[in-house]
Amino acid sequence: MQAVSPYRDAVDIILEEGGDPLKLCYQCGLCSGICPWNLVRSFLVRRIMHEAQLGLVDFEAEEAWLCTTCRACVERCPRGVSIIDVMRATRRAIVGLGIGPVPDSLRITMKNISAMGNPLGEEREKRVDWAKGLEVKDFSEGTELLYFSCCLPAYDPRGQKIAQATASILKKVGVDFGIIGAEENCCGESVRKAGNEALFQSLVQSNTAVFSEKGVRRVLTTSPHCYHTFKNEYHELGGNFEVIHYTQYLAQLIQEGRLTFTKEINKRVTYHDPCYLGRHNGIYDEPRQVLQSIPGLELVEMPNYRENSLCCGGGGGRIWMETKKGERFSDLRIDQAIEAGAEVLATSCPYCITNFEDSVLTTGKSEALEIRDISELVQEVI
Amino acid sequence: MSMDERRIGVYICHCGSNIAGPVDVAEVTKFAAGLDSVVVARDYKFVCSDPGQELIKQDIKEHGLNRVVVASCSPRLHEATFRRVCQEAGLNPYLFEMANIREHCSWITEDHGEATEKAKALVNAAVRKVYYHEPLETKEVPVKPNVLIVGGGIAGSQAALEIADSEHQVYLVERTPSIGGHMAQLDKTFPTLDCSSCILTPKMSSVGSHPYIKLLTYSNVEEVSGYVGNFKVKIRKKARYVDEDKCTGCGVCMEKCPYKADSEFEAGLAKRKAIYIPFPQAVPNVPVIDRELCVYFKTGKCRACEKFCEAGAVNFEQEDQIVEVEVGAIILSTGYNAFDPSPITQYGYKRFDNVFTSLEFERLCSAVGPTSGKIVLKDGTEPESVAIIHCVGSRDENYHKYCSRVCCMYGLKFSHLIKEKTDAEVYQMYIDMRCFGKGYEEFYQRLSEEGVNFVRGKVAEVTDRTINEEEQGKLIVVAEDTLLGKIIRVPVDIVILCTALEPQPDAEDVARLFSVTRSADGFFLERHPKLDPVATTTDGVFVVGCCQGPKDIPDTVAQASAAAARALAMISKGKVEIEAATSVIDEELCAGCKTCIMLCPYSAISFDEEEKVSRINEALCKGCGVCAAACPGGAITSRHFTTEEITAEIEGVLV
Repeated sequence: MQAVSPYRDAVDIILEEGGDPLKLCYQCGLCSGICPWNLVRSFLVRRIMHEAQLGLVDFEAEEAWLCTTCRACVERCPRGVSIIDVMRATRRAIVGLGIGPVPDSLRITMKNISAMGNPLGEEREKRVDWAKGLEVKDFSEGTELLYFSCCLPAYDPRGQKIAQATASILKKVGVDFGIIGAEENCCGESVRKAGNEALFQSLVQSNTAVFSEKGVRRVLTTSPHCYHTFKNEYHELGGNFEVIHYTQYLAQLIQEGRLTFTKEINKRVTYHDPCYLGRHNGIYDEPRQVLQSIPGLELVEMPNYRENSLCCGGGGGRIWMETKKGERFSDLRIDQAIEAGAEVLATSCPYCITNFEDSVLTTGKSEALEIRDISELVQEVI
Repeated sequence: MSMDERRIGVYICHCGSNIAGPVDVAEVTKFAAGLDSVVVARDYKFVCSDPGQELIKQDIKEHGLNRVVVASCSPRLHEATFRRVCQEAGLNPYLFEMANIREHCSWITEDHGEATEKAKALVNAAVRKVYYHEPLETKEVPVKPNVLIVGGGIAGSQAALEIADSEHQVYLVERTPSIGGHMAQLDKTFPTLDCSSCILTPKMSSVGSHPYIKLLTYSNVEEVSGYVGNFKVKIRKKARYVDEDKCTGCGVCMEKCPYKADSEFEAGLAKRKAIYIPFPQAVPNVPVIDRELCVYFKTGKCRACEKFCEAGAVNFEQEDQIVEVEVGAIILSTGYNAFDPSPITQYGYKRFDNVFTSLEFERLCSAVGPTSGKIVLKDGTEPESVAIIHCVGSRDENYHKYCSRVCCMYGLKFSHLIKEKTDAEVYQMYIDMRCFGKGYEEFYQRLSEEGVNFVRGKVAEVTDRTINEEEQGKLIVVAEDTLLGKIIRVPVDIVILCTALEPQPDAEDVARLFSVTRSADGFFLERHPKLDPVATTTDGVFVVGCCQGPKDIPDTVAQASAAAARALAMISKGKVEIEAATSVIDEELCAGCKTCIMLCPYSAISFDEEEKVSRINEALCKGCGVCAAACPGGAITSRHFTTEEITAEIEGVLV
């Protein structure tokens, strides 16, 4: 057997990159037991924490890139360890110091964002093509609300439907809102979790510059990821605007009586809590309130819901990486929805939508389960 | 030497290297020697040692010192020592002042230069303050030779017996209908496996019949006033609706009562009647009528118990009684509350039939419990396997950070009982096995020999979602076995949750009632964790057992005896010294605005309606100084902390 020795230099690197919380870990293994990866393959979070404590992390291993930052472990860690920060520290060390390989697809994504401001490498000018024909105005000084669509709904054909649905609802209600377009950049949330701090910082800089130049005070987001970073991370770097997730906004409009429904959806619907809306930001009720106010709609819950929601697999930059067949959490989630007797799996995150659409397609369950964003369901009944 | 001449001696302590490490004691001594009125200044390795004390005494005599300053540790540790030294040398103990150059100086910086400068400033402050000190006389007050004990579990019962055996009167107040507490609910006790009731009930019965113990069950303390040695306590003795003197304990009333409710004693696993005694060995063996549940109190009809009571003991007209007692000391032994694990939804408590808390499982094991001691599932079948989950709500930031100290051991005890009574496999799901007491490690070894399985890992989930044939119909316990480095799924029939011991839900109110403080975890705070573990910051009030923090029976009993000894020491001496540094009101200046009365945290100030002035009861006053600071007319002086003294002290720090 080969003995190992603690490697202080590696510990220092991880600590320097923000991995300080690892000192608290007392190796109970609760994180491993909760981590969704262990439903499909072995991923011992506890062991990684211990390796980090002793400087024995393998920076070249695939494991460095697995964590989806779903926060299930952090939510219940008995020592309150910010495990995600430790995972991110390892990635920062790899990306920043080049001490390990970055998965190809992720590398390309970062390059795209750096060059074109979006992960898909599409042209900046096409960022608001989705709004063609909808008569959405450009954001200008004095406009009440900026609608920040997120890159997937901006460019991806499936995602565009979400942006279009949201814009239609806002127009129908008569909300004073606008969009920015080519000057806008990806929010950078996933990039930060993937360890590219420098790129994240530059995205924050350019976005906040554009926002402040245009006089943006309030931002409405489609993606919980944009919501999360705008709300919790942009401020620490000088961003100064209010942010609201569209499900919160719709719930508010319904409560105020400004958004009313004229049609029914007579279907059984289950709701998937996106990690970044639920566990990361504690928003569980508003999406359900919106769904439950839709006439005819019956809301059913899956075994894992609210704080115990099962990640779709797309957080922490995983949405830009390939996940092997048989290892996709979204496949399990689809099964949970069908077992719960749902005809529709509703959610409120473009990453989740992408993964679920992919799963129903590849597992041949498109007939059994419809994947819909809440905005799309609402649009249907107004 | 005129009477007014100040002759101050200053002693700088090295405290080994504790102070002398960072602080240049020679320089501080030199500095002190140059201060106004300082006649002698010395540094010494340990001023608190006998030779150190002798040094001060000699100087007082030889140099005619009339003021002394010691610059060393916290006054909490040695103020009493040095005051005594002064007294022994014929100096009034209040002509002494202490400068804390350890906790407030040498321990909190690594900068030697700054430490030395701060030490000088503190010494300067103390010298200037002591200059103005006046001799004060300590007073003695007589002590009532009785003790109040609140809470009749094993802690309270033990303390009561210790004190009562010395023929001092004890008032033991218990809020439930019987004494016995949690220990009465336990089946066996670790590590000796004594039957819990067998060792407890003789004590309970002694308490019940002791001539020097006045037992007040089904009662609450409502009001506490007074001070150390002379507490006045108001106790509400709730109406039992059963005359204790007439009742023969025959139990026919309970047979006839038509109403059933969950039994608290059986942890909800069995029913009791609206008129009930909590358990067969209850002391006193007198039922109570649960007013909330009794059909008669709700509808005005029934009275079945009354009709069948041959002794004529049932009395629906009975009313709450207020009992007033005067005691010299108070012992709090209010115990703990068992953590409710339902918020940890992943463990399935209340969702799955066969997930039990440890207290529920104790009742399952008990020969007089709901299953007559058979360890069975809710459907009556015997388990093939059982998982015992440790640290449920303990060692967990989300619930309680502390270790509950007893779970590892009773977990092992459960394994033994399960092995003894069934053929089931037992799995201990633990994080760390903590078996630290006398005979505990040996017990751990014994259980290992009995073939218990140990899985190291905090359980993530208890689920009924099965993935294969073997798991069908079972509860699956999911965890990382951290020693295997694998996720393990253990199919079991029964899950036992080792729930945390937490402070009583009303701990905050009780703390306020008795003027004791609580630590961050919510338990009552002892005066010193090592050297004064049963006293509190309120003189004459002691804490024992689990109300002070989770502990096992041996520790609880030891603490109870310790508190009894402390209380006895006080009451057998018959008198107690009270603080001389109290506040005093200049009645010429007092305008009678009563501001001080409203602010005094010890209710030590009263108003003289005839003279229209406020008066301070020196026995109650703790010298906190709130009144002196607040008095708009400057009529109140806080002795030993006069404006003159404090101003001089502040100048000493700043100059």
